[in-house]
Amino acid sequence: MKKIEALIRKTQFEDVKNKLHEAGVTFFSYWDVTGLGNENKGRVYRGVSYSTSAIERRMLSIVVNDDFVEPAVQAIIEAGGTGNIGDGKIFVLPVEEAYRIRTGEKGGDTLN
Amino acid sequence: MDTALFTANNVWMMICTALVFFMHMGFSLLEAGLTRQKNTVNILFKNFFVITAGLLLYALAGFNLMYPGFEEGATGFFKFAGWGIAPPEGGMTAAYASGGYTWWTDFLFQGMFAATAATIISGAVAERIKLEAFFVIAILYVGIVYPIVGSWQWGGGFLSNWGFYDFAGSTLVHSVGGWAALITIYFLGARIGKYSADGTSNPIFGHNMPLAAGGVLILWLGWFGFNGGSVLSADPATTSLVLVTTSLAAAAGGIVASIFSHILYKNYDLTMFMNGVLGGLVAITAGADQMSTGEAMIIGAIGGIIVVLAIALLEKLKLDDPVGAIAVHLFAGMWGTLAVGIFGNMASTKQFMIQLAGVGIVGAFCVLSALLLVLVVNATIGLRVTKEQEVGGLDDAEHGMSAYADFSVSKK
Repeated sequence: MKKIEALIRKTQFEDVKNKLHEAGVTFFSYWDVTGLGNENKGRVYRGVSYSTSAIERRMLSIVVNDDFVEPAVQAIIEAGGTGNIGDGKIFVLPVEEAYRIRTGEKGGDTLN
Repeated sequence: MDTALFTANNVWMMICTALVFFMHMGFSLLEAGLTRQKNTVNILFKNFFVITAGLLLYALAGFNLMYPGFEEGATGFFKFAGWGIAPPEGGMTAAYASGGYTWWTDFLFQGMFAATAATIISGAVAERIKLEAFFVIAILYVGIVYPIVGSWQWGGGFLSNWGFYDFAGSTLVHSVGGWAALITIYFLGARIGKYSADGTSNPIFGHNMPLAAGGVLILWLGWFGFNGGSVLSADPATTSLVLVTTSLAAAAGGIVASIFSHILYKNYDLTMFMNGVLGGLVAITAGADQMSTGEAMIIGAIGGIIVVLAIALLEKLKLDDPVGAIAVHLFAGMWGTLAVGIFGNMASTKQFMIQLAGVGIVGAFCVLSALLLVLVVNATIGLRVTKEQEVGGLDDAEHGMSAYADFSVSKK
């Protein structure tokens, strides 16, 4: 079992979600995050100019069995990319165990 | 005068009183919208204090300090006609105020004005002043300083004898409030995070633009009463002209400020648009009944430019005014007062010099009184909340509550 953490553009979220569904990944969690990066936008508010390196992105957390890792990662790369700087990152982490709370069973089957 | 006309006049003046009262909602929303959400309860609390305490003080002493009845032709500077309010003989008849309104209407209309001066301070000092410090400053300023200055002109004192002209209070209301705001923020200091150690300015965003925009439009509406009621009767020609000049100046001020700030900063800044509208309104207030439509637009437009420039100037001087109150009320107020000597029926070099003298004298008196007040408050109860209270928000520190308890906003 692996956990895939992906930081993607909010604009690509719908496409990524659909592609993941096509790849057989039907459930995952996501939330909005703010990070610091290399992007810098010049802005003015009430005559005060400022620049922001704070970047709004969406974080996806997907736990899958090993044979789903590659299709899922490819789905995110395919649907999440725009070709511009700032498309995001994907991390793959090992997962030691998974439990289904309702029944108490554990292992890879709980992810199906 | 026949009763029908007296009644019509009085009804109009009572409508204007209600409109000026409504401006306090405009101020409340504008100030809440242009500051951060952690200080919303606090700013609303101050606005409630200003209108309630302001009105009580005006009943207690303010009205009789502002309209003490200086002797004819006297160079009145200070006179107090006694505590409390009680209508004089004939105060409810057409014999009072040439049939424009009753004495009761007079009191309430002027009372609604009085509180405005303190509301101007409330916006500028937002997000870091200690509540008790604000109470003391507001009470003494609205209770004493504002009515004394008002008596010099509207109470028949020395400024009116000189021929100074301030139709609805560009100087007497707006600049009076603006001066105190300026002095207070000088000693209060900027909000934490507003200026970095290396001297650069940082933006601190207002948290609710719909509230702020609603506030500005309500203020515009209220101004129909502020200026329209300053005709002091329902005189058809003058009141309708005043409503037209007021609106045209507001429109010109807003449009020009938004274009001008776009030229300077390459950005369509809604808050500059809104401050420009207010700058136009404040600027036309001194001569709303003296101007042609074209002159009203010019005065409003210049008011809008002055507001944008004044905001930049205060920013450079590191004077932190979260809502632009000083740019709008002090700078545009001074401009509007001087404009009476430049444009309109009264324009002349002599009038300009009188206007200039009036602006200077009122300014000097307000600065000195505010200085005394602020220094005493600073030395006794202290002006500013602690760093911890400021960072955590005044809603929590001073009120133990939140303006939006379980309300959340989705981000794009």
